[in-house]
Amino acid sequence: MTTTLYTTDHEWLAIDGDVATVGITDYAQSQLGDVVFVELPKVGRSLKKAEAAAVVESVKAASDVYAPVTGEVLETNDALAAEPALVNSDAQTKAWFFKIKIADKSELGGLMDEAAYKAHTA
Amino acid sequence: MLASDDKQSLKRTPLYDLHVSLGGKMVPFAGYDMPVQYPAGVLKEHLQTRNAAGLFDVSHMGQIALRPKSGKVEDAARALERLVPQDIVAIAPGRQRYAQFTNEDGGILDDLMVANFGDHLFLVVNAACKVEDEAHLRANLSDACIIDSLADRALIALQGPKAEAALGKLCAEAPSMKFMDAGPHTVAGIKCFVSRSGYTGEDGFEISVAASDAERLAKTLLENPDVRPIGLGARDSLRLEAGLCLYGHDIDTETSPVEAALEWSVQKSRRTGGARAGGFPGAEKILAHFDHGASRRRVGLLAQGRAPVREGALLFADSAGGEPIGKVTSGGFGPSLNAPVAMGYVPAASSALETKLFAEVRGQFLPLTVAAMPFVKNTYKR
Repeated sequence: MTTTLYTTDHEWLAIDGDVATVGITDYAQSQLGDVVFVELPKVGRSLKKAEAAAVVESVKAASDVYAPVTGEVLETNDALAAEPALVNSDAQTKAWFFKIKIADKSELGGLMDEAAYKAHTA
Repeated sequence: MLASDDKQSLKRTPLYDLHVSLGGKMVPFAGYDMPVQYPAGVLKEHLQTRNAAGLFDVSHMGQIALRPKSGKVEDAARALERLVPQDIVAIAPGRQRYAQFTNEDGGILDDLMVANFGDHLFLVVNAACKVEDEAHLRANLSDACIIDSLADRALIALQGPKAEAALGKLCAEAPSMKFMDAGPHTVAGIKCFVSRSGYTGEDGFEISVAASDAERLAKTLLENPDVRPIGLGARDSLRLEAGLCLYGHDIDTETSPVEAALEWSVQKSRRTGGARAGGFPGAEKILAHFDHGASRRRVGLLAQGRAPVREGALLFADSAGGEPIGKVTSGGFGPSLNAPVAMGYVPAASSALETKLFAEVRGQFLPLTVAAMPFVKNTYKR
């Protein structure tokens, strides 16, 4: 059973136990435009909440993706290196960026559920 | 935010309503509210232009007529040669040429297109520089010319392999025009100035039209299914792949035409030993660059990886960094090349093709190779 939460920076987190799978939202990809490159964090890297964790580049500009919670990077999505356009076509499913082991579950308290995120982007 | 970027103070081109109705994403650019992209997006718009035809609103650019007080266009040409290192006198009636306004230090104040319309010269200058350019012309050429700002005209670029066929349906003479031909033509019954030129590396046309007729003309062109509207985002990636300079980025008041690798645009007649050598601002410095070389040079840069190297990235000779030797002035992703492309300035000694360099991107030193421009072969109809 996973729960999906959202940040004000337009990242989504699918929470399964103490592991969060992180990506950018469909709204974010629509704002960025055609994604041509994604730089992912190294597996094993310890990220602090709000630290720049990944970079997503469109034809026109580079944007940081921030760590939504503190924790260690467990896995990254190699498919994005070969096919960055997945971020445009499948932002909230196939185009996950990384999985992070959540260090402090209390940090999840500040995140939004789907209804709140929808209101945020409306 | 700058006052000029304030949404309310932004100017609109005559095609503003059309952009909005086509779903254009409007952003501030050079004081205008301009479409950066349409719903298709930058990537598709770029490829549309390379594969079929794209329509660009470039009405924000400045259009100026230089009318000779003597009535002889040669006199306007001679006068303009005081401000640019190009041979303007040699531009035949019905022809156009690329030029630069230079300053006393040999830098570039703006780049522009100059056409000979028989009885006057027609200039197209950059939007961000047009007020200063016009003042510069008035201050220096008013003895010989009437400087006529054509502020009531729009400018539409139609670019790509299907531009000729698309315009040919509306203007019978268009297909027989050659690259850099320019003159008055009737398009869809509307009196226009048409040139066979543009800034994408593709064959195509720029069409100057009265503001009041602009929307009708653009809509007529867009009725052709091969023609789609293209925003500023793709205009930038297209010109970058074509190796063309963007003023304020790749060329500015600190770069001479020689440093900018624009020697091809300065005719022999204005160089040392030429019939009208010198006589333009900064001639001493620019001609010295021609005669003895410049210490740095604008070059094309191709990355080995997939990460775009963008404007401002520092360039290094060594993979470990150290002292930067240069800087990227334009860079991004080239959709037609399907790879990152960039240009920047490096020391002359590092400017040879195939030279290996490194660009600092987010703390890493990414390998680059000095490469020939254009990155994508141009398709001008010469």
